[in-house]
Amino acid sequence: MSRTLHTFHGGLHLPDQKALSNGAAIRQGPLPAQLIVPLQQHIGAPAQVAVQVGDKVLKGQLIGEAGGMVSAPVHAPSSGTVSAIGPHAVPHPSGLDALCITIVTDGDESWCELHPLENPWEADPVELRAKVREAGIVGLGGAGFPSHVKLNPGARTAVDTLLLNGAECEPYITCDDRLMRERADEILLGARLMRRAINAGECVIAIEDNKPEAIAALHEAKRAAGRLCDIEIVTVPTRYPTGGEKQLIRVVTGKEVRSGGLPIEIGVVCHNVATAAAVYRAIVHGEPLISRVVTVTGEVGTPGNIQALIGTPVGELLAACGGAKSSASRLLMGGPMMGLPLTRTDLPLVKTGNCLLELPAEAHHTPKPCIRCGECMAACPANLLPQQLYWYARAKDFDKAQDYNLFDCIECGCCNAVCPSEIPLVSYYRFAKTAIWGQERERKKADKARERHEFREFRKEREKQERAEALAKKKAALDTDALKKKLAEEKAAAEGGTAEGATPAVDPKQAAIQAALERAKAKKAAAQPKNTDHLTADQQRQIDEAEERRAAAKALADDSQTPEGSA
Amino acid sequence: MSALQANARDTGQVMLKVVYALIPAVLAHYWLFGWGIVLNVALAAIFALGFEALSLLARGRDPRHTLIDNSALLSGVLLAIALPPMSQWWLLLVGTFFTIVVAKQLYGGLGFNPFNPAMVGYVVLLISFPVDMTHWLPPIALRGESLSLIDALSYVFGGQLPNGMQLDALTMATPLDVIRTQIGLHHTVGEAMSSSPVFGLFGGKQWEIFNGLILLGGLWMVWAKVIRWHIPVAVLGTLMLVALSFHLYDADRFAGPLFHLFSGGAIFGAFFIATDPVSAATSDRGRLIFGFGVGLLEYIIRVFGGYPDGIAFSVLLMNMAAPTIDYYTKPRTFGHGAKE
Repeated sequence: MSRTLHTFHGGLHLPDQKALSNGAAIRQGPLPAQLIVPLQQHIGAPAQVAVQVGDKVLKGQLIGEAGGMVSAPVHAPSSGTVSAIGPHAVPHPSGLDALCITIVTDGDESWCELHPLENPWEADPVELRAKVREAGIVGLGGAGFPSHVKLNPGARTAVDTLLLNGAECEPYITCDDRLMRERADEILLGARLMRRAINAGECVIAIEDNKPEAIAALHEAKRAAGRLCDIEIVTVPTRYPTGGEKQLIRVVTGKEVRSGGLPIEIGVVCHNVATAAAVYRAIVHGEPLISRVVTVTGEVGTPGNIQALIGTPVGELLAACGGAKSSASRLLMGGPMMGLPLTRTDLPLVKTGNCLLELPAEAHHTPKPCIRCGECMAACPANLLPQQLYWYARAKDFDKAQDYNLFDCIECGCCNAVCPSEIPLVSYYRFAKTAIWGQERERKKADKARERHEFREFRKEREKQERAEALAKKKAALDTDALKKKLAEEKAAAEGGTAEGATPAVDPKQAAIQAALERAKAKKAAAQPKNTDHLTADQQRQIDEAEERRAAAKALADDSQTPEGSA
Repeated sequence: MSALQANARDTGQVMLKVVYALIPAVLAHYWLFGWGIVLNVALAAIFALGFEALSLLARGRDPRHTLIDNSALLSGVLLAIALPPMSQWWLLLVGTFFTIVVAKQLYGGLGFNPFNPAMVGYVVLLISFPVDMTHWLPPIALRGESLSLIDALSYVFGGQLPNGMQLDALTMATPLDVIRTQIGLHHTVGEAMSSSPVFGLFGGKQWEIFNGLILLGGLWMVWAKVIRWHIPVAVLGTLMLVALSFHLYDADRFAGPLFHLFSGGAIFGAFFIATDPVSAATSDRGRLIFGFGVGLLEYIIRVFGGYPDGIAFSVLLMNMAAPTIDYYTKPRTFGHGAKE
């Protein structure tokens, strides 16, 4: 069966440097004295601490519970005692510390009780997903998205293609290559379980053609598994970044994942081959994800591939491979194109750490100006215009940068590699993305503040209205009371003074008004005009006289008015 | 910065390669026309580098770091080839001043100039010193004798010609000039071409060889991936197509496409001027549109405009349009629908 392969724009043929380590079989890594397990090794919410300092833990025991739907638990990579729970340096672009659980190992490597699925081949997809989730499996290819989420077809009941990514397109890295060579059967079994979980119509494993041994091993394992194993093994041309999820989907299926969309929308789910092996271990053996294969290569004594415990300080992994040579000058976690620079060696290995790469010192060149030659444009696998993105990112014109689809940049580093002016283009794009995210956060905050203010205004208005309504109701109630009483009085009078003895009804409102008037009068009386205080006797006499005259005049006027008034 | 440099290209080397691509044509020009072009190139290069260094110092930059990008050298050489050979020193000085200081460094240096620097320098000279800009040396074959290097130097620096020699006797109208004048006098293209000795097989005499070597240099740059094919193909394709249409419409009034291709600066402009990536459009589609504009405007200016050749004005005009072209020719980004 042959499949028509497709291509994507750009990409590079890079010197792959895989020969350094692809001949070295996977070997067991060291058991360090201390394991530092970060609670966030995946995309999503960090795990929640489930142990206390001083607790004895067994290998594989849960020490951090998943912190939400998109989250993954973490487990003790070996047995020992929890010695600290607190911030520790972790491999992260920010260089900030993050919450980690430190375990002092006891050297026993005693496992906790494991719970494999009884009958995995008849298990419900829900059970399979639950098991994957329990095991803390995340994408081992680099992004670290919790795998159980990607194994959930959601509203769909089935997907077209389960695509296993064995491209391993970055130079130097060989961990997946070795895994495919040595544990092809586990990968195939894992693939079948995953396929079951998402009810995939077909399952394809894609491998770049620079790994003939891995391809042969998978074919061999497939033959051994017989007809049950309906998995297609596809050889794809070696071109960086074929291993990018969207690129690989394009190459294998010809479909394009919508910008900002997920592969599931076009009926494809893509997982790394190492993830498939981990899924197999979790479901069939009940083992949580506590170790992974990591390539230690570059300027080290004996480059190799190590099955290392999560949480092992990277310095110990380097030491296990002969240590960094004197020519080494930069340590990366990941490959040379997208790897994360590490500035210290006490950082722990995390679930997504596929490679430790020591690079030699490079001649340092100051970047020259961009002359818009367009080499980056020709190399860009997302078909962007990196030269324009650079221009706008540099000018901090983020709106324009988004016009040019900044967020479709996958940061593969092809543009960096071809730039004749040696401009670190991806750094500019990361800067612009971070700045835009920052602005977005600010805007959301401002929106929230405005919403709050608007709601407060609305509430005040509503309360005012409610008060007015309540008042009107009360008034109406009083009026009806008065009316009732009046009616009752009239009725009583009409009945011939049957209620004669009763005290005459006083309208309470009238009484209140009367009382208020009296109070006001008293107050007025009490308040003396200020300029009449502290008068001399002479002044007082004059005033008195004036008052008398006024009173007399008023009396006269009253008299003269009376006849008219009475008339 | 990436650990793996997929190619060892470096901006300074790219610029230098463009200069290399011009060497055969310049040598041929020396054989065919005499010392003029050599003096032009040497002086313009020295002036350009000097102005670049001074501007960088004035801007508080370290000239050592920037001069090695060779962009000033290239601009100087391009201007030198665009100007009439054996231009006097002050003309070259003014030209390189506008090329390097005004058109480039005042805008922020390499990568920030919206206009092609060499063409800005050229146009300033063309407008300010129109007479000096028409002093084109005819081929040695037409002149019968050649100025010695000493004579040429004394003219360039002192304006002194050897005894008994007149400048008018030394210079001659270019083929494009002749065509233009003769058509203006209601002669046909055929009459014009047979009336003057400046014409060769299908373009200017000896200019055909020079332009042929320029073309070879240009093709080598495309092969060596110094430039991409889009702009030169669009410029020359458009120029020839438009010329052919008019020629077919009225062969007496409009010269044919080959004449237009091999006369004046068409090939030089298409491969060496319009391809300046800084001031041109940047996407592949954009570059095709940009080149189309340059070719069309060039023909219009040559045939209907006020100047014998139009490459400088057409490139500068299209430089203005480049940002707009860029905005409307963004390629379809991965994952975005066929039409946005």
